[in-house]
Amino acid sequence: MIGEIGHFGLILALVVAVLQGTLPMIGASKGNVALMRFASSASLVQFLAVSISFIALTIAYVGSDFSIVNVAQNSHSLKPMLYKISGVWGNHEGSLLLWAWILALFGFAVAAFGRNLPDGLKARVLSVQGMIGIGFLLFILFTSNPFERIDPAPFDGRGLNPLLQDPGLAFHPPFLYLGYVGLSVTFSFAIAALIEGKVDPAWARWVRPWTLAAWGFLTLGIALGSWWAYYELGWGGWWFWDPVENASFMPWLVSTALLHSAIVVEKRDALKNWTILLAIIAFSLSLLGTFLVRSGVLNSVHAFASDPARGVFILGFLVLVIGGSLILYAVRAPTMKGGGLFAPISREGALILNNLLLSTAAATVLLGTLYPLFLDALSGAKVSVGPPYFNATFLPLIIPLIIALAFGPFLAWKRADLKGVFSRLKLAIVSVCVIVGVSWWVTDDGPILAFVGMGLFAWLVTAVFVELADRIKLFRTSLRQSLKRFLNLPRSAYGMSIAHLGVAMVILGVTASEAWQSERLDVMQPGETVVVGGYDFQFEGAERLEGPNYGILRGSFNVKRNDSLVADLRPEQRVYESPPMETTEAAIWPMLSADLYVVIGEEDGKGGYATRIYHKPFISWIWIGAIVMFIGGGFSLSDRRFRIGAASARKKQTQKTAEAAGA
Amino acid sequence: MKLSFMAPVITFAGIAGVMFYALFYLDPKEIPSELLDKKSPVFALEAVPGYGENLSSENLKEGKITLLNVFASWCVACLAEHPTLMELSRQGKIDIYGLNYKDTPDAAAKWLRRNGSPYARTGMDLKGRVGIDFGVYGVPETFIMGPDGTILDKIIGPITEKDLKNRILPRIDGGEG
Repeated sequence: MIGEIGHFGLILALVVAVLQGTLPMIGASKGNVALMRFASSASLVQFLAVSISFIALTIAYVGSDFSIVNVAQNSHSLKPMLYKISGVWGNHEGSLLLWAWILALFGFAVAAFGRNLPDGLKARVLSVQGMIGIGFLLFILFTSNPFERIDPAPFDGRGLNPLLQDPGLAFHPPFLYLGYVGLSVTFSFAIAALIEGKVDPAWARWVRPWTLAAWGFLTLGIALGSWWAYYELGWGGWWFWDPVENASFMPWLVSTALLHSAIVVEKRDALKNWTILLAIIAFSLSLLGTFLVRSGVLNSVHAFASDPARGVFILGFLVLVIGGSLILYAVRAPTMKGGGLFAPISREGALILNNLLLSTAAATVLLGTLYPLFLDALSGAKVSVGPPYFNATFLPLIIPLIIALAFGPFLAWKRADLKGVFSRLKLAIVSVCVIVGVSWWVTDDGPILAFVGMGLFAWLVTAVFVELADRIKLFRTSLRQSLKRFLNLPRSAYGMSIAHLGVAMVILGVTASEAWQSERLDVMQPGETVVVGGYDFQFEGAERLEGPNYGILRGSFNVKRNDSLVADLRPEQRVYESPPMETTEAAIWPMLSADLYVVIGEEDGKGGYATRIYHKPFISWIWIGAIVMFIGGGFSLSDRRFRIGAASARKKQTQKTAEAAGA
Repeated sequence: MKLSFMAPVITFAGIAGVMFYALFYLDPKEIPSELLDKKSPVFALEAVPGYGENLSSENLKEGKITLLNVFASWCVACLAEHPTLMELSRQGKIDIYGLNYKDTPDAAAKWLRRNGSPYARTGMDLKGRVGIDFGVYGVPETFIMGPDGTILDKIIGPITEKDLKNRILPRIDGGEG
């Protein structure tokens, strides 16, 4: 019964999406207000309908209803409740349903928050959202129905990949999808603007919050994913450049560029075409990521070969959405005129450099990800592209980006004085020398890139603080005055400084942990002590235990520094029965200065255990930095100017109601 | 309509064209037909320092069925099949040779120290030359080599239980019996 309700919800949502995708668009071109206003109600109904369906699937998972194929294949009655729930989106069909649900949620959010949007623009935006919805719902209903029944129902489910039974992974897809789908809103705004042939600062002000939100969620989603890889895969790596990661990283790079180019549209009425194009590309890459990775086109065309119907649908949909919007762009964009002129050395110029570097970086990642496929198609040769390619192409783009990033905020709009900026950045140059010198002295070894990284970190951090000090006239006026200026800064100024600091933290974490990690891989006897990174790790022994649906081998380590106890670490090795599989649960003691990371492995038959112990300096800063970037985005999002529109809209609305009442 | 505005859609058309082609005409599960039942390409590679003896095409035709497993320290999927290989090597029914693909000697040695080595011999294909001759598409890949050094079968991606049961074990047992 619950399956049929869910199925019905999907069909209802599809019908509503078709109406939402067509009627408001017609209304907007004919100036029919009733049809335009229909968009908001439709988006509410669509959201409710997909919610019903999503809840239905969740209930089926929670209640272990194995008469539904999807549940039988991906769940198990013994699985802990949290993972029964996360199992809903831990598979192809369910994750698509989550996508569609978030898409409907965003459509509804645009309708709810966008009270101050002009009727025509709002109708068109929601209409485009509806069209995207049609594509997804059709795909789900015809090729990936999560509510399909199986008869007779199996006695128990086939479990979920134990690697996926993990809190980091359970919550990683929802955040990632919030990011991917958030970009659909920006995309819809871009399409609506192309149809209307009008892009102005007001448009940018409506678009920027959605971009910020999507970007923030993407940042968190990617960080969660890499954190999961870090502690679950059990060998301390956190980024592998595999197609799945690249698929989420490309939209992030492009949306970062978009975030910055939208500022130029908003403040200077320039870069309009470029911003529209970025909005289209950002969402296109999200779609590409969602579909192609899932179907395995990127690392293998396996899934396509096994289910050609799915592959044909996916490509058809991509061609329609991406191709269609790019054609619309080719036709309409040339008619849009840019506004303000500016010199190459200016805030605009810096933001363009930012955009060029970020989009080139995204292009190199795309090239590296698709290259094997291309070469195969063109010459039949089979190759694979690994981290060597990405490190060689990505770093040369990112290093100048970070150097320029420090300059950007100092430059004035239109035309700036580079010499003046240099003189204000003297302190940053000094701090680079100091930090590089200190890290040389402390570590007295390391690859050149490590010192470049530390230099970039010092450069960026100092520049952020110098810029902030500049803004509040620190030491150039009384402290009281400075404090007052500080408190009066717009939230977006805090946002920028915080987000840029986050970038610096990530650089610190990446550099230090890659360059100065110490490790020890040994067979250890109980009672044995080893020293890694200045900490004494005493192996006390290991025991076998039973978990809810797995067996455990748990090791126990005493970690001391200068004879005082630092941590008690208990790494585990888990053996699952359904399906049979082993996973490692590293024990990690995170500190600001370093992570202690311990893994336990097989017994060697003589009472010893294989152990891996790592000391990873500053690695936590990678994820702290990501969170700080997210917080920066949040500050920017709460900026007054995004709310001013809302306030004046309320005024307008009251006026309108007054008029209506008067009439 | 200015050309510069057409560039994005033209680029995308190119990408989409290749994908359609890939969808209908390419099947990576399929071994390139020119390799199937052909002799192994000739090669000679040095071993990963400390892990087995050197590996050359001569070692693949010593009169028994062998597995040639392509691996790399940067390959995440390799970890997935690693326990299977370790188990196979522990049972000692078949010699497994490791072709270390586009890696560095240090990283490869570290990886094997970390995860254990199932390989009787290893060879470092630093530049991926041998990989190209074998038509290596991605890592991991496993070639099942006949007693005279012909390529009997090729498994793309991590070895699954199914691959083990249907493609590897029957050949070993068949070879014995």
